[in-house]
Amino acid sequence: MPEQRVVEPEYLILEAPRERKFITGSQAFAEAVKRANVDVAIAYPITPQSETMHLVGDLYAQGYVKDYYRAEEEYGAMSAIAGAVRGGARAFTATSGPGLLRGLEAIVSWPGHRIPAVLGIMTRVVNAPLSIQPDNVEIAYLLHSGLVVLHAENQQDVFDFTLAGFVISEKVDVYLPVVVATEGFFVTHAKGYVDLPPEDMKLPPRDPYKAPVPPTDCEIPPARIQRDAPVQKSNFMSYLIHAVWQQEVWSANRRAAKWIKHYLGGLIEVVNPDAEVFIVASGCAAAQGREAQRYATMEGLNVGLVKIKSLRPFPTNELREVLKNAKAVIVPEHNIVGWLAKEVKAAIPNSGIVVDGPRVYGGMTLPVELIMDEIYKAFGIKKEKKTVV
Amino acid sequence: MAEKNPIQPGPEGYIPTPASFQGCDLPPPGKALLYGEIVDEETAMREAAKALLTRKNPTIFPGPLVLWGWNADAMEKAKAVLELAMEIPNCRIIPMPDYRPKYPKIDPEAEINPNHPNLTILHNRIEVCIFVGVHCHYANLSLRMIRAGTNCYTIALCGEMGHEDAMVSLRDVHADEIRRFRDVLVEVRKEMGIEWEPKLPPENPSLPKEEWVKVSPLDFGEYAYLLIPRRGEIVEESE
Repeated sequence: MPEQRVVEPEYLILEAPRERKFITGSQAFAEAVKRANVDVAIAYPITPQSETMHLVGDLYAQGYVKDYYRAEEEYGAMSAIAGAVRGGARAFTATSGPGLLRGLEAIVSWPGHRIPAVLGIMTRVVNAPLSIQPDNVEIAYLLHSGLVVLHAENQQDVFDFTLAGFVISEKVDVYLPVVVATEGFFVTHAKGYVDLPPEDMKLPPRDPYKAPVPPTDCEIPPARIQRDAPVQKSNFMSYLIHAVWQQEVWSANRRAAKWIKHYLGGLIEVVNPDAEVFIVASGCAAAQGREAQRYATMEGLNVGLVKIKSLRPFPTNELREVLKNAKAVIVPEHNIVGWLAKEVKAAIPNSGIVVDGPRVYGGMTLPVELIMDEIYKAFGIKKEKKTVV
Repeated sequence: MAEKNPIQPGPEGYIPTPASFQGCDLPPPGKALLYGEIVDEETAMREAAKALLTRKNPTIFPGPLVLWGWNADAMEKAKAVLELAMEIPNCRIIPMPDYRPKYPKIDPEAEINPNHPNLTILHNRIEVCIFVGVHCHYANLSLRMIRAGTNCYTIALCGEMGHEDAMVSLRDVHADEIRRFRDVLVEVRKEMGIEWEPKLPPENPSLPKEEWVKVSPLDFGEYAYLLIPRRGEIVEESE
């Protein structure tokens, strides 16, 4: 392990020279953790999860992470993360699919307890019959809990979102957990080019006293709330405190937007902003959407792409602005419920232009041709279907 | 932002709409918030001063970050708060010493609590107040409830990034900035022709007599570090 020197987040994330490596998404998670001055990583990495937390365990062995242990199961892991962070540590963990759902009760309590941690999620099927293939329906469970949720398209995003996630989560006006989700297998097990800053640099340590809540005092909320839930005792003021507490969590979530813009260049990325037809996608679907947009441009069709980097806070105003002149909006997804299409429909005034799909699920890949079919339909182009026997 | 100056004294109603939901953003460094709009600090300070000089029962709510002698900066900030209080005619100080819900009932003359701040505001008929040294999360909860249920004009002197739900919010406020606000207030007071001899607010009648020797870590001399280790300092021996 090289001697690491502390540098300012602005320098490490935005300015430091970068070297290109060819690594998996799991390795990209670990490379971010390596540079994030992480105090503790706690996990329950079961087979066949991705190797992310195993690689973070290696970082502990090498000295990059100060402490690491395997919890008894996911609920224990996520509860221990809360305790470690409340005690002043910078913490990382990762999970996927059924493990995420098992830890969900603890995870969705993090925002209310103002727990600034980073949670990596390598999406996987959660429905029965179980599968180990990518399907991001589990992200839908995270969207209504106050978490900041970033969705990575590729290995580079995994690195950038994770490293910036630590900084964003600890901003005093945010102070919420940041989820970095990406598709399992397609990103975590596949290699891609990632530009990395030097590994002999790391973020400054967490300062737990620079916080909107006092650290480590079990007699005051949020810690005491977990013990005996006093704010829920009955009188009018108690209900109002719970209401404004929830409002504070979602206000903090909104405040994260400016930091996401600062460190990650915006809540969305737009390709061809003057397009007639847009593909709006997040995660891996954005990568396929990017290819479809390129194919369509080669065929002379005026198609644009909106990649949504941040699902929470959701880029409502940005989408309204970009899509104000769109004739059709195609939303490809890796899940059956179409949570992103619902979000997009709710965000824009003319939701009738949103095309539900194409969608694949259960671990199926998302061929670019499926998106092209929707593009042709949007432009009224009829293509003959070839039947191959 | 849809509405001009949306953050006004209440009562706003049964459940408040948070300022951030209305599109109010926190100010950048060097700026302040006035009624939800980003303005120059001087403008916000003068408006806050006018409110403190004209509305009934001005009260300062100091929180744990100035009440407890965490470090030298906190103690200096507490001194500056007292200097400010001396210049506000008929000002009172009611502390928010911690954030625990107080059951069965708070003494509203003795303290204010973030879980039911309006009991203190309404009991004492406070129409203008200053939050200082309150952790941001709890200040935001209180500011929202006060705007929902009372007509109190709220001023937040924040050591961090500010508060959207206060009528006036200054950011990065430490001892020097509090003294700058005091100077602006004195200037505005003179412009308004209000005569006032600086004096400390009255003692809080509900609070028990403090044994000051047990309050300040500085009084523990060379052993003070045992009470509050400073950041980066390693305490090798202690009992």
